[in-house]
Amino acid sequence: MSTETNGHEIVGRGAKDGGRLFREWFEALSQATERGDQVAYVFVMGSISEILRAFDFQVSFPEINSLQTAVRRVAHEYLNTAEDYGYSPDICGYVKADVGMQLRGGEHPMGRIPRPNLAVLTNACNTYLKWAEIWERMYHIPTFTVDIPGGRSAGYGANETSGDFKRDRQYVQYQLQELITLCEQISGQKFDVDKLRAQMQYTNDMAKAYKRVLELNQNTPATFNALSEGTIYLGVANGLRGSAEGSQYFQDLVQEMEYKVANNIGTLPEEKYRLVFVGVPCYPIFRRFYELFADWGGVFIGSTYLWFAAGGLELGYEYDLNNPLESLAEGTMLSVRNAMDSMFFQDRALVNMLDPFRVDGIVYHPIKSCRTVSTGLADNRRAVMEARDVMTLFIESDMMDKRVVSEAQMKNRIDAFFEGLATRKLRMSNQ
Amino acid sequence: MQVLDPWQDKPLSEIMYYVRELVEDPEFVPVKRWRAAGGKVLGHFQVYFPEEIAHAAGMLPVKVRGAPVEGRQADSRFGSYLCSIIKSSLELALTNRLQLDMFVSHPICDVARNLAGVWGRNLPYPSQILYLPQNANSAWSAQYLRDEYARVKQDIEAVTGVTITDAALRNSIAVFNENRRLLRELYDIKRTTPWLLSVDEAYVLVSLGGMIPREEHNELLTAVIPQIKARNAKKQDKIRVVFDGGFCEQPPLDLLRVIAQSCYVVDDDLLIGLRWILEDVKSEGDPLFNLADAYLNASSYSPVQHDLRKPKEKMLVQRIRHANAEAAIITAAKMCEPGLDEQVAYSKELDELNIPYFISEFEEKMTSFDHMQMQLETFVENVLFE
Repeated sequence: MSTETNGHEIVGRGAKDGGRLFREWFEALSQATERGDQVAYVFVMGSISEILRAFDFQVSFPEINSLQTAVRRVAHEYLNTAEDYGYSPDICGYVKADVGMQLRGGEHPMGRIPRPNLAVLTNACNTYLKWAEIWERMYHIPTFTVDIPGGRSAGYGANETSGDFKRDRQYVQYQLQELITLCEQISGQKFDVDKLRAQMQYTNDMAKAYKRVLELNQNTPATFNALSEGTIYLGVANGLRGSAEGSQYFQDLVQEMEYKVANNIGTLPEEKYRLVFVGVPCYPIFRRFYELFADWGGVFIGSTYLWFAAGGLELGYEYDLNNPLESLAEGTMLSVRNAMDSMFFQDRALVNMLDPFRVDGIVYHPIKSCRTVSTGLADNRRAVMEARDVMTLFIESDMMDKRVVSEAQMKNRIDAFFEGLATRKLRMSNQ
Repeated sequence: MQVLDPWQDKPLSEIMYYVRELVEDPEFVPVKRWRAAGGKVLGHFQVYFPEEIAHAAGMLPVKVRGAPVEGRQADSRFGSYLCSIIKSSLELALTNRLQLDMFVSHPICDVARNLAGVWGRNLPYPSQILYLPQNANSAWSAQYLRDEYARVKQDIEAVTGVTITDAALRNSIAVFNENRRLLRELYDIKRTTPWLLSVDEAYVLVSLGGMIPREEHNELLTAVIPQIKARNAKKQDKIRVVFDGGFCEQPPLDLLRVIAQSCYVVDDDLLIGLRWILEDVKSEGDPLFNLADAYLNASSYSPVQHDLRKPKEKMLVQRIRHANAEAAIITAAKMCEPGLDEQVAYSKELDELNIPYFISEFEEKMTSFDHMQMQLETFVENVLFE
């Protein structure tokens, strides 16, 4: 694949291959129980896939499983099942869709999700902890929390030589060693550090390429839309993290994006407005949500979603394979901390993005389901607007629950936003 | 310095009235007095903070637990679908009702973690997250937490200009050990003779500790506990219940009064952070490590701490059994994800054990309790006449 030079075959390959890899991944998961594979449930912010793959665990991401039910417009069925079971309408929709799916024996629109043998989580989202407790009760499986101390305040943790940094890393490393011991017990396999190194090398490849892909969107026209194509890339970055397929996919993707830059090929036929998306996509009307912006020539050249939901992969952290455990601890801590900062303290990163990416506007999309992402957005928006004269839009809905999504109301707000952007462009061109 | 008005010569009823007024007043008068006298204040959001560290620097640690105030400034800093306490806590700070010199939040939930960032962008003093360990089962977590406490200690020293010595920490631990002993005594009264102390009375006595110097709180508790024990009250025909769901956002006092009309609340998790550590913290050895160890290994439970040794539904049942309760009131603050999640686990467990329970939601700002009162009375009658 990577040797192809025909532009016709290269352009759009990331989306096509991403879809294929995703289907294959779900097929493998569907067959996991029959094949006797062991399955680990993990989360996008700190999946620790490198260790789990080194023990031949199949990894399943409940967040991805849940969002797929929304994209495929069946989320309400799962949400109803969970609410009938007792869960409140006011809690995370991802959790409820998963509970609904578990209560239906793993039935999922993309296959059958196997039961877990192990769940590994981080504290990047507190709901991860509550979610894992549900599986503890349902399946009586071991769960392991990799506790990652985040930034204590805005700008914290930049000094990697400080005592705090070293102590935090030591804590994470100790926990990874405890996780390895647990994996040995569950899998019956002895830990193989060379196997771990191989997975880490694949992640190194992916991280470097992922960072490059995001940077290439500084180009005008933008090579991909962070909301639509970006979500596909994100899915592969998570699902196939630490795998040969994932590594190859991202090398091909860099080739595609560089080709598009070289040939001035944009993701939209006519790019008029360059936008940043802050929050989580509106999956219940995923395509329509994209169109509400694309129809105006609005392209999302970046999103905080591609930062935090990739577990901070965009940092491009490169593991030191000569020192794998310490490096894995440091990389995990820095990446997950970066993901957390992208949610709690993202105003500075957004301000820094405005000039190099030539941003016309920022769209904030807080959602009912996710307080991790949404709680601070209104204030972050206020801080960004205080720092820079940039147009912003603030629209609330949900990532799972179509009862909270009002498309007509959303369209009114989005149309008004673009009218404002058009007026501003006109005014600036007249100056 | 003393922040309370003279209360020593007053009868118990007047002391209780005074305490209730202070706790319900969103102006935090004792805190203002402390600051007016030149004292510095550390505000810590729910649930638990090692107050001994701030105390050892001469600061007043104040529990930030919201208040039923109208949102005039804070609401614009948040979106919809959030709990009330997060907004009202910031409102108290933005309107200068609660003036602080340092603010600390914790990763108890996703909302609270965001609060430190919002606070830091809006208020001029240091604001930070104290990362209490979420892997309580790691063999390294106590050492990690000890180091995290040392980091916070340095930040407190920077704010106060006071070097915190081990001797000062040991002295503070002794003060707080005494406070925790007195609170345990108060809860013993609730468990053994609940007709002597209603849930709302116990609540205000505990809550006061979160806004005044602990030495003063100790003095007050030492004086009132014997008076409560000497009350001439008779046992009534009420059921014994455990109240759960008050670990973060606080139910209105009137709601607790409504419950007290038909129930003896013999144990609860109201302001559990002030009672988190269950036994005396050791005084010998490294005081910071002792505090960390107590947090992890000699502590209560709540929906916001994940510890494989403490499955919450089993801990609730233990609390019910220990208090010899007949039933449970399982509440959650509106939009409180951990509380709402836990309601499901609690109800399934209680169903299995055939323990009656009453499920409800509340908000700190709610003012109408008629509907809930009627539902609760029906529940109580069902338990009484089953």
